[in-house]
Amino acid sequence: MVEISALFHGFAVVLSPFNLLLMLIGIVLGVIIGVLPGLGGANGVAILLPLTFTMPPTSAIIMLSCIYWGALFGGAITSVLFNIPGEPWSVATTFDGYPMAQQGRAGEALTASFTSSFIGALFAVIMITFLAPLVAKFALKFGPPEFFSVYLLTFCSFIGMGKGSAWKTLAAMMLGFALAAIGMDNITGRLRLTFGFSEMMRGVDFLIAVIGLFGIGEILLSMEEGLAFSGKSAKIDPKVVLETWKKLPRYWMTSLRSCLIGCWMGITPGGATPASFMSYGIAKRMSKDGDKFGKGQIEGVIAPETAAHAAGTSALLPMLALGIPGSPTAAVLLGGLLIWGLQPGPLLFVEKPDFVWGLIASMYLGNLAGLIIVLTCVPLFAAILRVPFSIIAPVIVVICAIGAYTVHNAMLDIWLMMLFGVVGYVFKKLDYPLAPLVLALVLGDRAEDSFRQSMLISQGDMRIFFSNGLVGGITGLALVMLFWPMLSKGLAKVRGT
Amino acid sequence: MDEQESAAGDGGISTRTMEIVVALVLLAVSALVVIDSYRLGSKWGDDGPQSGYFPFYIGLLLGIASVATLARVFLKQSRRGEKLAAPGPEPQFVGWGQLKLVLSVLLPAIVYVLGVQLFGMYVASAVYIAIFMRWLGHYSWVKSVSIAVGVTATIFVLFEIWFKVPLFKGAYDALAWLGY
Repeated sequence: MVEISALFHGFAVVLSPFNLLLMLIGIVLGVIIGVLPGLGGANGVAILLPLTFTMPPTSAIIMLSCIYWGALFGGAITSVLFNIPGEPWSVATTFDGYPMAQQGRAGEALTASFTSSFIGALFAVIMITFLAPLVAKFALKFGPPEFFSVYLLTFCSFIGMGKGSAWKTLAAMMLGFALAAIGMDNITGRLRLTFGFSEMMRGVDFLIAVIGLFGIGEILLSMEEGLAFSGKSAKIDPKVVLETWKKLPRYWMTSLRSCLIGCWMGITPGGATPASFMSYGIAKRMSKDGDKFGKGQIEGVIAPETAAHAAGTSALLPMLALGIPGSPTAAVLLGGLLIWGLQPGPLLFVEKPDFVWGLIASMYLGNLAGLIIVLTCVPLFAAILRVPFSIIAPVIVVICAIGAYTVHNAMLDIWLMMLFGVVGYVFKKLDYPLAPLVLALVLGDRAEDSFRQSMLISQGDMRIFFSNGLVGGITGLALVMLFWPMLSKGLAKVRGT
Repeated sequence: MDEQESAAGDGGISTRTMEIVVALVLLAVSALVVIDSYRLGSKWGDDGPQSGYFPFYIGLLLGIASVATLARVFLKQSRRGEKLAAPGPEPQFVGWGQLKLVLSVLLPAIVYVLGVQLFGMYVASAVYIAIFMRWLGHYSWVKSVSIAVGVTATIFVLFEIWFKVPLFKGAYDALAWLGY
């Protein structure tokens, strides 16, 4: 039970007035970010990251991760009340959440979604508490080939598990890697893909890509839809909350299943969005009232919200234990670690226990505080959405520009951000996934380093990736993931005959 | 009125066209990556893999993926030709009306970034927000300007004074008299 005592030490770190204040600020900002179109978890955290450069790392990560929790909660508000998913992972919540609001059960839907978000997150945090140290300890034995095979697994699962065209996933990912290669080569010091422009030497920071792809791209998309907000008003009565809470235990099976789906999808980089859809689909198939789904079934809110939060939270496990983020937002947080001078990866648990356990403790407290804040302040946050788009849109563009500029104090970055905005808009409309692009951009350099180190060890022999049980197993799993669509089709055929 | 009708009508860029354009652009990017990696040396040097070793394969894979996407677009087209059962309208990437709305945000944003380059973050932001509200939101000048100045002033206090993060002042700094 070393973990428990370490966790309590973490609580002691978090429970300072300054950190608690940052936590509250983070959650409120996060909910606002989640509610506003065009600002989401990933780019919200990216924009605010430069403001935390001067803070101690532990306080900074507490604030930023709380923004993330807040954004996860905030997405549900707009889905239920306005039928506009504030975040991609809350799309599935609109299917039943909005019909419930139309029937005058908005309070019930919101309570159910917030509570299940909380349960999903709690489940994932408990898992992180006990599993992450083990994974980290295990990963201490990793050498470059093992790390590369884990990166390979990450990227192969994207291709195999993705919904759309595998070729498009591959293209988006390789574009990310190519962008990551711009600038100085870490090992030989030669300039790559700069084409003689000295400004390009710095490379393309993934924060700029995140702000452009998700921020500007989203604004362009919402503009196209012409945005007419027509929301249901909502106030959550304490009585409704209690009544809903009484109802919830009946759906424990759905919750548990969604937690497991969420955790699985979060650790393997499926992410919160597919997790929520998958959980909704399975709940619909398994439920007795499956045919009532889509017409305001409370289970249809519980399932996607639980899974989305479980996935969003457990995406931090591989980030903490291995230094491999499970989602774009986790990738941004990882970028933060690097900027604050911390080396993410298994050693973090040994070298900076205060930081790691402070973060884990803040996950417990942050989600609890988040639940209380959203339950009490829904009308306030819903009011934000009533601010007309023609005020919100330019302000968000300005905020994005500032966010992009402050990363390196470079004007070129603002231009790059606009370019990424257009790319994000086009890619989203053509179903090129953005998450693999961002992850490849973040992990590109490190994946390349581990690949080159492995090649140096083996003198260019690819068989090093199968040289022992561990690395061979991970590489094998990666290949299975890569060809999963074909394998599952084959299996289905075998079973069918 | 004509414009609104065309927004609802069929006019626009088809998804197919856009798919082809994007795949070709990606193909061009992959060619750039491959050529540059080849220039740097994509083979095995005296001291291990050369600088272009890894990016070379990245570029290659990007090229393969774009060609595959292109091939799929054309295959789909020929299949559609065979099956005349479901002709339907060509799936649309964006209608002209929608495109106009999108450009009405994108073009001012680009002008805004140019403004930042010339006159600095604060001046450009205030002007941008005010004009955006006036043109697209049809607010009165008084309301537009007051909100614009309010937002920009808040940002100024937040960044320059509280967090001490200086923002871009532009080639012609109009706010130099503030001393920041």
